[in-house]
Amino acid sequence: MKKPTVELKLPILPNMELIATQTAEVIARHMNLTEDQSGEISMALIEACINAFEHSKTDSNVFIHFLIEEDSLVMKVIDQGIGFDKTKVEIPKIENKIGKEERKRGWGLQLIQELMDSVEFESNSDGTTVTMKKNIKH
Amino acid sequence: MSSFIKSTKEANQIVIIETDGYLNNEGGEAISAICYEKIKGGQHKFLINMAGTKVVNSIGVSILIEIIEKLQEVDGKIGYYNLAPIVAKTFNIMGLTKYSTVFATEEEAVGAL
Repeated sequence: MKKPTVELKLPILPNMELIATQTAEVIARHMNLTEDQSGEISMALIEACINAFEHSKTDSNVFIHFLIEEDSLVMKVIDQGIGFDKTKVEIPKIENKIGKEERKRGWGLQLIQELMDSVEFESNSDGTTVTMKKNIKH
Repeated sequence: MSSFIKSTKEANQIVIIETDGYLNNEGGEAISAICYEKIKGGQHKFLINMAGTKVVNSIGVSILIEIIEKLQEVDGKIGYYNLAPIVAKTFNIMGLTKYSTVFATEEEAVGAL
């Protein structure tokens, strides 16, 4: 049987990531996820959407696919921007930011990786796909 | 005042800011505007009641890091209470809990800050 899938197309406008989190909350309820799991999924989704909005440097829409599986939820955030090199993204540490000139932002990838069970990045000059998986422990 | 700021009050020389809604860049800037104004007025202790903020993003939370940095210059403190579990977890991952404190209640926060 084909796995249930929900797809969203978001324009790059302020706070559009909240549409994605509202959808994620409905899916989380459908899957009987805990409040903690639901919050983690929404937070990771917010950060992936913001990265797509801010760093893709394009006016194209951002696509979000939710794949509902028996024992996991997979979310793909897809942009058609200029891509990025993940190896050049430094792991942020607050000790390096407080009282220093370093900008305080740059936490998105770190949060996504901490909150999800697995994260994959595929990126080239045609765009970036972030695939995030949350294993469901019923 | 931004609609993100539900109220402000003072207790025991602590400025208590109650938020309502999404802590994004605009929400963070609304908090920082109040804090910086109060710091200029000589106040150095702040509490954020986040009962009405169930959703945050890292840009908004980064502005709290800027406030922590500013408070270090004046030997000030900031704390938070009524955090949703995911907000507390986000603060922990980003390291805010190394430089500021999460409290369970206003009573506990006012007594400890």
